[in-house]
Amino acid sequence: MSAISDGAMSVPIEHGFILVALLWTVGLIGLLSRKNALFMLMSMEIMLNAAALAFILAGSLWQQADGQVIYILILSVAAAEVGLGLALLIRLRTHISDLNIDKLDELRG
Amino acid sequence: MSAELLFYVSGSLALISSLLVVTNKNAVHALLYLVVSLLALAMCFYLLGAPFAAALQIIVYAGAIMVLFVFAVMMFNINQSDIDRESEWLRWQSWIGPTSLVLVLLAEVIFVLQSQTNWPSTTIELIEARAVGILLFGPYLLAVEIASFLLLAGLVGGYHLAKELPARPSPVRQPESGGKPL
Repeated sequence: MSAISDGAMSVPIEHGFILVALLWTVGLIGLLSRKNALFMLMSMEIMLNAAALAFILAGSLWQQADGQVIYILILSVAAAEVGLGLALLIRLRTHISDLNIDKLDELRG
Repeated sequence: MSAELLFYVSGSLALISSLLVVTNKNAVHALLYLVVSLLALAMCFYLLGAPFAAALQIIVYAGAIMVLFVFAVMMFNINQSDIDRESEWLRWQSWIGPTSLVLVLLAEVIFVLQSQTNWPSTTIELIEARAVGILLFGPYLLAVEIASFLLLAGLVGGYHLAKELPARPSPVRQPESGGKPL
């Protein structure tokens, strides 16, 4: 256990960032190709997590704690976003029962 | 079992469960796969020398935010017709366009990452919660205040959206009975 915490890990740095890119890609594909607004919200969570992993990785790489500080800010942004988004979706479910994002074109200003 | 192998296993676990979230038809199953993905990412954070972030990921993300999701999905009353509609929407034709476009971007990013050679360091150091706290309440104090304002805005917005709608006025206006006499 201490061998892990001693920073003895020597994964190639590119592989960590490739994992970030792959996770973000999966989230973006989900965001673009799903129609259900609930699944779009989940895909956005995946993308936010990929960004958080990028910050953690960069923080460990430069040996600065700033990455984890930004991670905490991302966490609070995600909490606010999920709270508001889910409240909107619950309100939306009474009007559009299938949460189809294509039907939300009635806001004409 | 070396730390590198643990990192690769948890990273691929996060990737596979994220794919299952995106392609799932049932919202509850997708949500549970999302929890698995978050926990695997917490393992990645721990292996990358950020145990405080890993603990926050489990407590706040997989604990609090996912519980919010679960309660919202419970209020949606998802039934079989919803799942059937999802499988009708999720035909393979609808995946071609976004996937091909995004895969081009992914290939570019991977090419750029592979051609990058001068990384600042190659070893990963442990960063403790103490350093994070000192930084958070020192130079980043304004960011903490802004984050608290953001959470307050989320709270007020959630309260406003959760209120009952006022009774909608009828479209045909009733003639006023107590009008002025002619």
